[in-house]
Amino acid sequence: MTGRKIGEVILDLKNISLSFGGVKALQDISFNVLEHEIRAIIGPNGAGKSSMLNVINGVYRPQEGEIILRGEHFANMNSYRAAKAGLARTFQNIALFKGMSVLDNIMTGRNLKMKANMLLQALWVGPAQREELEHRLKVEEIIDFLEIQHIRKTPVGRLPYGLQKRVDLARALAMEPQILLLDEPMAGMNVEEKQDMCRFILDVNDQFGTTVVLIEHDMGVVMDISDRVVVLDYGKKIGDGTPDEVRANPDVISAYLGASH
Amino acid sequence: MSFFLETLIGGLMSGMLYSLVALGFVLIYKASGVFNFAQGAMVLFAALSMARFSEWIPQWLGMDNLFMANVLAFAVSVAVMFIVAWLIERLVLRHLVNQEGATLLMATLGIAYFLDGVGQTIFGSDIYKIDVGMPKEPVMMLENVFEGGILINKEDFVAAFISAMLVLALTIFFQKTATGRALRAVADDHQAAQSIGIPLNRIWVIVWCVAGITALVAGVIWGSKLGAQFSLSTVALRALPVVILGGLTSVPGAIIGGLIIGVGEKLSEVYLGPYVGGGIEIWFAYMLALMFLLFRPQGLFGEKIIDRV
Repeated sequence: MTGRKIGEVILDLKNISLSFGGVKALQDISFNVLEHEIRAIIGPNGAGKSSMLNVINGVYRPQEGEIILRGEHFANMNSYRAAKAGLARTFQNIALFKGMSVLDNIMTGRNLKMKANMLLQALWVGPAQREELEHRLKVEEIIDFLEIQHIRKTPVGRLPYGLQKRVDLARALAMEPQILLLDEPMAGMNVEEKQDMCRFILDVNDQFGTTVVLIEHDMGVVMDISDRVVVLDYGKKIGDGTPDEVRANPDVISAYLGASH
Repeated sequence: MSFFLETLIGGLMSGMLYSLVALGFVLIYKASGVFNFAQGAMVLFAALSMARFSEWIPQWLGMDNLFMANVLAFAVSVAVMFIVAWLIERLVLRHLVNQEGATLLMATLGIAYFLDGVGQTIFGSDIYKIDVGMPKEPVMMLENVFEGGILINKEDFVAAFISAMLVLALTIFFQKTATGRALRAVADDHQAAQSIGIPLNRIWVIVWCVAGITALVAGVIWGSKLGAQFSLSTVALRALPVVILGGLTSVPGAIIGGLIIGVGEKLSEVYLGPYVGGGIEIWFAYMLALMFLLFRPQGLFGEKIIDRV
């Protein structure tokens, strides 16, 4: 991994607690994410990984705690504000627009960057047309980058699972995010697809300098590609550090590695 | 033969009008997953607004140019429908994001009653005339092909033309523009659309504005045929079978469904009516819709729903 330099803290989560009725999904969790790094959140099933991601993304609002993004406090984050602030995400259960083509799906990712007046768009004249073409160019770059040229016009619903995951990533990349949140990007993939996905994540991080926060089940993959790892278990943080540190942490071994080995 | 053609064309024309109302349903359903029961009330509301403002505006401004009065009244009615759309989003839909389809349906049912009542409170509950200068006199066509030619209602012809243009414009808007794309995205998945920064609330206002304009056009055309009156809101009920036939998610389906029902009604009335004592026109569409629900519930052009198990 050359060409990128880990920077300052870009996202800081402080004492986050989230509960659904009596169920405590997250308890007093703090960790930070540095600019340009790949940060993984791991843990057994039901550990609160997805809840954590949904808190960052503003889908859930934690009862306690603070989200500080580039020094700015976000008291009530929601998905739309998160998107505006430069956070993009993918979904564990792919949430693509199934009736639309791959190209249209990725183009929706450019929505926030489109400035042209609606009326001009409708008439397809002047700045609106120019803008659409510019965005299209950017989208084609992403399509090339993720090697999905051949399915550009295919309705997403018809694609195999692995490719849908890739389109999901493409749509998030089209937002040119500063931070990319990936919810189990490799779940349900075969070995080859996993390798491809790993390569794409590393390339995105390396070439665009995008900070990546990812949740993953596959321990091998996580340890290989991430810079630092947070470990959750039953809504509590039990480990935090480089992959080697985490691997050596006795709590982590008993909670996670111990259980699966 | 010429009688058959006359019936056929008459059916196509009235079918086009059904399509126009059905289109309102399809637009909102496609863009927000809501089955909008208030479409008929919106047609009535728009028609009343058009009828009354075209009467009031010349009085206020002291002019007697019918054309200008109509243009102004139309513009005002567009504004009125936009305000209605904005209020619906603000007061009702905003609070129902991510709720079940049935909840939203009930909400639109409420909106329908509310619009019916408020419309008649503001604009009055008599039958009002909408005169946009639609040609009333029928024309004879193809006189040298058939003996006696065929009689066509010019008004229907103009109405069909306007409907076709509206449909064309909407199709382009939905398929080719960035806003149209955002609308389709929201229809597909609220959560995902929000996460990529599509503002749900603004999109819903746009959808209801578009449905409002469709309702206005339908209201003006129906209103100039039948007068702007309460029975217009039941026109929506006539469009329900059209939507079932064509498929809730398909714009071409709404159009072709409307045509099939328009033609079917007229032809069955003329050719089957005498054997069963007439009155087929009233229930034909519902019968056809029922058959479709039994054998092809997604309609002619609707998306077939296949769930991954």
